[in-house]
Amino acid sequence: MIRHLKSMGIAEILLALSVLVLVVVVAIPVLLILGTAFFVDGHFNIKDVVQVLSEPDTYEALKNSLVIAAGVTVFSTIIGVFFAWLVSRTDLPFKGTMKLLFLIPFMLPSFIGALAWKMLLSPRSGYVTKLLMSSFGLESAPFNIYSLAGIIAVETMYLFPFVFIQVSGALERMDPTLEESARISGAGLFTITRRITLPLMMPSIGAGALLVALYSLAHFGVPAILGSEVGIYNIPTKIYERIYQSGGSFSAIRTATILSTILVVSAGVILYLQSFILKAGRFQVISGKSMRPVLLKLRGMKIPLLIFSIIYIAITVLLPTVTIFMVGTLKTYGIEFTAANMTLDNVKYILFDWKMTRDAIWNSFYISLAAAFVTMLVGTLISYVIVKMKVRGKFLLEFLGVLPFSVPGTVIALGVILMWSGRFGVNLYNTAWIILVAYIARYMAFSLKSNSAALEQVHDSLEEAARACGATHWQALKDIVIPLIKPGMVAAFFLIFLPALRELTTSVLLYGPKTRTIGVAIYALNEDGETVYAATLASVALVIIVVGQLVIKRVTRSKLEGE
Amino acid sequence: MASVRLEKVCKAYGKHAVVHDLSMTIQDGECFTFLGPSGCGKTVVLRMIAGFEQPDSGEIWIGDTLVSSPARGVFLPPEKRRIGIVFQDYAVWPHKTVAENIIYPLTIQKVARTEAAERTSKTVAMVGLEGLGDRLPFQLSGGQQQRVALARALISRPQIMLLDEPLSNLDANLREEMRFEIKELQKNTGVTILYVTHDQEVALAISDRVAVMDESGVVRQVGAPDDIYEKPADSFVFKFMGVSNFIPLEWRSGNVFVKGSDSVLNCPLDAEQIEAVRSGTLVAGCRPHDVELSAEVSDNSGVVRRAVYLGSIIDYRISFGTVEIRAQKEIFEALTKSRIFREGETVGLRFLDLKWFREEDLAVAAGAAQ
Repeated sequence: MIRHLKSMGIAEILLALSVLVLVVVVAIPVLLILGTAFFVDGHFNIKDVVQVLSEPDTYEALKNSLVIAAGVTVFSTIIGVFFAWLVSRTDLPFKGTMKLLFLIPFMLPSFIGALAWKMLLSPRSGYVTKLLMSSFGLESAPFNIYSLAGIIAVETMYLFPFVFIQVSGALERMDPTLEESARISGAGLFTITRRITLPLMMPSIGAGALLVALYSLAHFGVPAILGSEVGIYNIPTKIYERIYQSGGSFSAIRTATILSTILVVSAGVILYLQSFILKAGRFQVISGKSMRPVLLKLRGMKIPLLIFSIIYIAITVLLPTVTIFMVGTLKTYGIEFTAANMTLDNVKYILFDWKMTRDAIWNSFYISLAAAFVTMLVGTLISYVIVKMKVRGKFLLEFLGVLPFSVPGTVIALGVILMWSGRFGVNLYNTAWIILVAYIARYMAFSLKSNSAALEQVHDSLEEAARACGATHWQALKDIVIPLIKPGMVAAFFLIFLPALRELTTSVLLYGPKTRTIGVAIYALNEDGETVYAATLASVALVIIVVGQLVIKRVTRSKLEGE
Repeated sequence: MASVRLEKVCKAYGKHAVVHDLSMTIQDGECFTFLGPSGCGKTVVLRMIAGFEQPDSGEIWIGDTLVSSPARGVFLPPEKRRIGIVFQDYAVWPHKTVAENIIYPLTIQKVARTEAAERTSKTVAMVGLEGLGDRLPFQLSGGQQQRVALARALISRPQIMLLDEPLSNLDANLREEMRFEIKELQKNTGVTILYVTHDQEVALAISDRVAVMDESGVVRQVGAPDDIYEKPADSFVFKFMGVSNFIPLEWRSGNVFVKGSDSVLNCPLDAEQIEAVRSGTLVAGCRPHDVELSAEVSDNSGVVRRAVYLGSIIDYRISFGTVEIRAQKEIFEALTKSRIFREGETVGLRFLDLKWFREEDLAVAAGAAQ
């Protein structure tokens, strides 16, 4: 009798714990946002919502968000599909290397990219602008990076890999016999591509495009750096501006919650569309096995296309990175790049001497470490309950488990402000704790994804065999399940730790005088005109990111060897 | 060692009843097989005995211990049931070496290190894995992995061993070898074995008793292998145990005919059977090797439609009245006693060992998997 209660208890305790975490960390903050947006003094109030949205500057922000997201989605899709096709369906030389190169833009934080492009293309002082003006004798700057077009261009550079990954994966898995049979029926390669390949790829293209749209709609970094200065705002930057201008007044918070609601709803719609597209695509004939497709012979275009691809990578990745590193070593911004003008003292200064940057690095480091660790463990727990346990009420957890995927960073920040600013007796505002809580909510999705994938690989019979050997549920978890999913847990840890290190969108709304993060510090330095130090700190961040990526590679490779 | 007793056990998933009112006793030291087509609920029975599933109602006893009884609120978790289990997919832990896999139950029981090591090497030797202790499972063949699983299940001296299709992932030769070894292990250890399979050959070879289940989870017959094979309770069991012929019958002018034809079935029937044939409810069943073929043409002869050479035997399909009869003859016998028939030839048929079934069972039998 007691045994019975106890053994059932474990399942229910784990479920309750998982539900509790998701409710506190994600569900309540989102509900608070909706509540604040639609209820005034306890009454449902839609009139104010309409009024806030019809104010010229909120309306403008909405419009800009849409225009930017639409533009970025279209261009990312075109570029992503083209390069995916190039590396998986043609005889382009060095395809393996090229494929890796196309993934690098993913590693580069887009706000650091925006910073670099500002240095290169700003109408007055941009290096490239000046070069073009002097070499062609132009009167005015050929481009203005401080524009919607500039924002769209920079975001596209760093978001197209979403489409690239989806489409190149699908192209490689597509059953080549489908194309071959069309070929046997006498169709030319162009017809096959248009009538067979492209329609089969539509679900992957759609899924990738929607990911880009989701990301761009709620993106803070690039519009903040390239737009705010000239009065171009999208939803996240508008929320930030409102809250900071008013010092957190209620009307600002309310406007922010209304804008956030729009973000949450659009994210929900986008994710719904995506699952719909992916489900519809399931009957598409894509086999799990890798097969060798018919490769298009590029002939004369081979070398030109290779050079084009390399130049694209060089311009979008190499040029901004080098710019950041070089500007970061200048004695003052604007002087020429000569050995006499360059110094590594900047690095020493921001790493050791200047308290503000030193603290920012330390803050980012320990908050990310804590967030990665906690989120990894909690994600393991929740995934275990979802994937492995038979317990009543699990559907509730499955529903809550989808939430983290659909809540953008700005919304999470706003939600934790509403929840942890003393309203419920706990005031974490201006402390590192509030950033930690926000990070846990923001990165829970990564942890759930990585952990459930790992758990699905562990067949139930492995755990049951341990139980039959006399191990209790806990012992079976400790001895069998945890060791087997460790690679997935480690992956989850790094998938959270690295992005959290360079996080900007959430922490920019939450930082206090003593809790700046690296992202916030770079952003603030840039705002204050400390361009050189912003670049120096950005260089440090880039080095950390690259080292981190190498560590991940090391870890995942040793995992493969171990198996 | 212990017996296992199921009493009125029921289990449903949603509205789908998998096991309904199952009562059965498995004797101490017996090798007992649940045999049935896939989806008949035999694995669910095993999992309920193991404690991975809880019955909706009924009781399960292992020896003198009540292990599951929803009515009495009793549910002993698997780790307390002193069982050993071997799964179809081996479930050998990929991150542990062979020795680490096998010693695990003793580690859990906190058996002293020297004793544990001794028992491990003994068990390793018993399943024939000497010298492989330091290997990781991915370096082993399927058969070796299955031996690891067996050793791991045996080492803690369980009261009962539960084997869930442990041989179906192995190739034919290995399957035969392991079949023999499982039987040997049982002889040496005296453990009660509960075996679940859809393979009637394994069931016949290994079991002391077999329970044959149909798709809906109903136990059609429980008995020793020869009983099941020779005296099938109904047409389902007969059909499930091997290739089978069913001949619907008809009573006309004092003779038994194959239904709807002029072919006569020469066989002695008692009065009750004649009555059954008259009312149209009796069906004859016969194994292919119990059909004798001769060159003598009579009113119970058929035409060879197909003759397939299968190495040591020849497989005939013969149209006989309205039915098709399968007959199998050993080549050697065919060559010495009679002769090999060609397609299109007319052959005389004699049925040596006819079994009688009721017609209404046949519909169920028709759906049974071979």
